[in-house]
Amino acid sequence: MKKHWTNNQLYQLILTQFLETIREPSVLFWGIGFPILISIGLGLAFTQSSGTQFHVNIVENHATALDSLIIHYGTKTMHDKSVVYTWTVADSTLGNTKFIFKNSTWNNAIVALKRGEADLILTYSGGKPCYHFDPHDAQAQLLYLKLSHLLQHPTVKAIEAEGHVTPLTLKGVRYIDFLIPGLIALGILNSLMWGISYSIIERRSQKLLRRMIATPMRKSNFLIALILVRFVMNMVEAGVLFFFAWLFFSTTIQGNIGALFLLFVAGNVAFSGIAVLISSHTEKTEIGTGWINAITMPMMILSGIFFSYHNFPEWSIGFIKLLPLTLLTDGIRSIFNEGAGLMQVAFPSLLLLALGVICFIMGLKRFRWF
Amino acid sequence: MHQLEVKNIVKSFKDVQAVRDVSFSIPQGKFLALLGPNGAGKTTLVEMMEGLRKPDSGEILINGKSWLKHEKELRKIIGLSLQETRFTEKLTVRETLRLFASFFGLGNERMDEVIDLTDLGDKQKAMVGTLSGGQRQRLALAVALLNSPEILFLDEPTTGLDPHARLDLWNILNALKQQGNTTLILTTHYMEEAETLCDEIIILDNGKILRQGVLKELLDGHAKNLDELFIQLTGRHLHEETLDK
Ligand SMILES: Nc1ncnc2c1ncn2[C@@H]1O[C@H](COP(=O)(O)OP(=O)(O)O)[C@@H](O)[C@H]1O
Ligand SMILES: [Mg+2]
Repeated sequence: MKKHWTNNQLYQLILTQFLETIREPSVLFWGIGFPILISIGLGLAFTQSSGTQFHVNIVENHATALDSLIIHYGTKTMHDKSVVYTWTVADSTLGNTKFIFKNSTWNNAIVALKRGEADLILTYSGGKPCYHFDPHDAQAQLLYLKLSHLLQHPTVKAIEAEGHVTPLTLKGVRYIDFLIPGLIALGILNSLMWGISYSIIERRSQKLLRRMIATPMRKSNFLIALILVRFVMNMVEAGVLFFFAWLFFSTTIQGNIGALFLLFVAGNVAFSGIAVLISSHTEKTEIGTGWINAITMPMMILSGIFFSYHNFPEWSIGFIKLLPLTLLTDGIRSIFNEGAGLMQVAFPSLLLLALGVICFIMGLKRFRWF
Repeated sequence: MHQLEVKNIVKSFKDVQAVRDVSFSIPQGKFLALLGPNGAGKTTLVEMMEGLRKPDSGEILINGKSWLKHEKELRKIIGLSLQETRFTEKLTVRETLRLFASFFGLGNERMDEVIDLTDLGDKQKAMVGTLSGGQRQRLALAVALLNSPEILFLDEPTTGLDPHARLDLWNILNALKQQGNTTLILTTHYMEEAETLCDEIIILDNGKILRQGVLKELLDGHAKNLDELFIQLTGRHLHEETLDK
């Protein structure tokens, strides 16, 4: 009997696992399309704020000095069937500020405020403007400061000496720089938890696992193939996301590539281990889904993927920092944005590797093949 | 020597005694049917013979070897289809066969042979997800036959199939019987299946053997067929479909 390398069982397990993965169109969407869409959505929402726009409702019984000022400097346009005056103050450093004034009754102004259509109500009495707004609304406070300054010195720029403001738009401090490493880490977590756990449980419930081990197949080969294919898919997914971020947001990796690879491997080991552990026994995909959600959801929220976990109470930070997804995200961020090297990510990598190996061993101990 | 020996097998689950002291043996090349209604213990018994479950007590020997000591060796010489295996839907028939062939270190030649044998030639490139029930059963049989097994275990291979698809499968198994190299253990609750395919029949109910022998011996009393015999023995039908007739 002639032996050919394509008849090798590990090769066939990897090949079929790979085919199965790419033949599921939703895998490509959730793995590659979705993170890119998120980064476009959030990246644009938070990085491209080159101008600010405020809505002011003016309430007065008769024409005042205020009107002549606004009519003089503003441009009259129609907006939603009513007349509005737009007064634009140019500022090359902080971006332009646009004030949109609209006359209305007090009641209508309150409604507009409640609906978020207006940020502030302006009245005029005794020769002085009076500002009405929610003091807890930071946006309204800023508007108040800008507007009161403007009404006092209509011809002077808000920030007179541009030298006083130095804009920090360095790479590494933008929101997109914060977001991309988080999305890469989250992608690894999701892909492994769903890819490995779900596929093991599904095969067990389909009796396919039982059918496979009723042959001379080596059990280790089965798991190696499953994990290896996911690992490679994760590399591709992270690569595509990074390429996209580089193309559109000029994201760069400032730190050590070797360190990034180490951390990447460690993260894959950690989540593969957890995935094998939670799928080691159950035959019900519902139970599996529950476990996967119970593990991924809290980390998704706590680990600072979309916003910094420093918003959480002080006492919880120490714990949050030790979550596997936090270790991975913080590590990748430090390499991307702070130029971290091997030394800085050695500790989180080790922790992730250890966690993965422990979970993997525990999972294998109680693994039900049939 | 008997190829397969089952000695005093007992198996319980939490509150059910699924198999209660079953013993039998079968020589090489014979076809044996385990006939019994749902819940009789057929699957439990067969899976113990396949080395997929451990009996609480008793011994199972294949070619005189036990699963405990010779698992690796025995895996290579048996073939099986489980009662309900759903093969990966997103792989083609040929990819599925190639995967399982690789577990036995087999190549294209043997794959072509089993594809021929199970008449799946024009379905080779079809995704498993698109196959009919009968085609899926033939794929399961093809996978089971890959390693040219000495003993073949088929757990309810035709349950849920239409009469035509059932006949197709019987023809394949009859062809296998003519070759005479394979011992077959088949479970079913269709008496026709046991009658047409098998040399020897074991009637199983409640985890116990009620009757055992060749068809003629079993029917030498007053029973016209196996279902009647089963009614005489238990007061129940073999399966619900018979009731409707
Ligand atoms: N894993 C299990 N856990 C508990 N009870 C089981 C299990 N498998 C089978 N049984 C019970 O054992 C008995 C025999 O089942 P089974 O061998 O599947 O019968 P058959 O294949 O003849 O329909 C049934 O009462 C069934 O409910
Ligand atoms: Mg059964």
